[in-house]
Amino acid sequence: MTRRIDVAGLVIAFILLAIAGAIWWDMSSLSISSVYGVGPKAMPMIVAVGLAILALGNAVMAFRGELPARDSLDWKPIVLILGGLAALIALIRFGGGFIFATSILFAATSTAFGRRAIITDLVIGFVIGVVVYLLFSKLLTLSLPVGPLERLI
Amino acid sequence: MDAFISLANGLTIAIQPMNLLFALVGVLLGTAVGVLPGIGPALTVALLLPITFKLDPGGSIIMFAGIYYGGMYGGSTTAILINTPGESASMATALEGNKMAKAGRGGPALATSAIGSFVAGTIATIGLTFLAPFLVELAIQFGPEDYFALMCVAFVTVSATFGDSPVRGLTSLFIGLALGLVGIDILTGQSRLAYGVPELFDGIEVTTLAVGLFAVGEALYVASRRHIHEEKLEPVRGSLWMTKQDWKRSWKPWLRGTALGFPIGALPAGGAEIPTFLSYSTEKKLTKHPEEFGHGAIEGVAGPEAANNASAAGTLVPLLTLGLPTSATAAMMLAGFQQYGLNPGPLLFAERPDLVWGLIASLFIANAMLLVLNLPLVGLWVRLLAIPQPWLYAGILVFATMGTIAANPSPVELMMLSAFGVLGFLMRRFDYPIAPVVVGLILGPIAESQLRRALSISLGDPMVLVQSPFSAILLLIALVALILPFFLKGMGRFKAAED
Repeated sequence: MTRRIDVAGLVIAFILLAIAGAIWWDMSSLSISSVYGVGPKAMPMIVAVGLAILALGNAVMAFRGELPARDSLDWKPIVLILGGLAALIALIRFGGGFIFATSILFAATSTAFGRRAIITDLVIGFVIGVVVYLLFSKLLTLSLPVGPLERLI
Repeated sequence: MDAFISLANGLTIAIQPMNLLFALVGVLLGTAVGVLPGIGPALTVALLLPITFKLDPGGSIIMFAGIYYGGMYGGSTTAILINTPGESASMATALEGNKMAKAGRGGPALATSAIGSFVAGTIATIGLTFLAPFLVELAIQFGPEDYFALMCVAFVTVSATFGDSPVRGLTSLFIGLALGLVGIDILTGQSRLAYGVPELFDGIEVTTLAVGLFAVGEALYVASRRHIHEEKLEPVRGSLWMTKQDWKRSWKPWLRGTALGFPIGALPAGGAEIPTFLSYSTEKKLTKHPEEFGHGAIEGVAGPEAANNASAAGTLVPLLTLGLPTSATAAMMLAGFQQYGLNPGPLLFAERPDLVWGLIASLFIANAMLLVLNLPLVGLWVRLLAIPQPWLYAGILVFATMGTIAANPSPVELMMLSAFGVLGFLMRRFDYPIAPVVVGLILGPIAESQLRRALSISLGDPMVLVQSPFSAILLLIALVALILPFFLKGMGRFKAAED
């Protein structure tokens, strides 16, 4: 078996290095203000140096092709689920309310897992949303984001 | 005996009707969620944290104890019936348990796992009862440098020593430590890595991280490879009861599993994975029926299940006495305490003995409840397993986001949840362990403050870290445990050999 350079592994190593750089850069903007001992800079330094070393270790593994074998990947469901989450965030940000947001996330995830009954799933998600909303706001007195629908209840 | 008196006091608290109810709810919730494929006790606690923060701390913590044990039990049911262990601790159970279910002996497999869990859980909780006061005595004398050294040992064992690859484990840990840096530094009031985002000033919420990594990450991962992998549920056929022969073959593995699980769990040695596999290979060597191994040997279920539960109780020893979480679930329990401003450790034993001993006593009660409830209810749990996958994961995501929304209905928090979901997906895909991230986030800031406290007491002299013999020895252990796996490449690979 010939071992090939693992590009994805190299990308991971590069990201780790970038995080290390970001931590170091953020750390150097702090001013030391503790009289004795170590200040707020010590821990970021340790973490940044550690991450840089680990980036190197991950890069070595990638060059040697030592990453575990990966299965083929289906991107569509990932896009669907993340899309559902994005819709949920947007609805909550712009006052669409908890129930509609939940309904959309439920239907999107269910579709991502291979169901082809969007209307039914929207309704199921809607019912879950209503039940949870009532349970939370009336029983546990936790406030969930309200939209036009929640104001009616 | 002091431990007896404290435990008796704890029992009077635990048997109050309200607390019994909390334990019951915890046990049922824990089992129900633990049964769902791909969901372990850590996620169950994480999902429930935001919902319980308005409840009284005593009751909630008792409920978490129920969830802790219940989730463990639910995980093994899944491992036996569909061979997709929700957590690495159930992997050994799945090896023989699923074979037994395929051969129509699912009932006895579930029974030996339930009774074994009860035996192991009870013995190990007794162990916890007697060990905890000793450790508390010891821990009172610890200085900040000793705590710092202890945490270094925990960091290394959780991430490097027992994983498949020390580099990958340490990478996970350092991602967690980096996330732990975010927020306002308590001692100087300066913000680190928060980039002016108000949601980040208080640091990253452990629950957001855990729910993102475990729930959203798992959903993305399973969805992305659904075209490869179909799960198959084995129906429970035949009798639930164990025959006389089954009992005879089970009781020794239960006790041996307990003997392996409790000490390894109580040492900060990184969770239940090692004892379960050690127990599996021990039973394989000692069995009188070697021909059955690989085709459904009951010893291979009884031993690892007992080891799993005993180590779960063992993990509570460092958690309660030292505030040191050594598994993702323990880290979530710690987050549960912190939510009420409580910090586990010797001080908590002195200040809130009602809480600590109420919790320990509830563990006994939760354990007994599981034994009584779960075998009769096995039909219900099996029906939970039969929920169609699309609805199951859609429901999981709805509950995952709901918890975050209830705790903090801010779009930024939800974006972080999604981002951690993507992180969890990538870590699963590239085979990085997830528990070290959670442990790093929760333990990193504590380790930092202990280090800074130690160094400010010593007026900045770093020699303080090695002047106390205790911390010097611990740091040496951490160093050896860090370096050793690089030389012994074969270590921790015994898992692959067992497949």
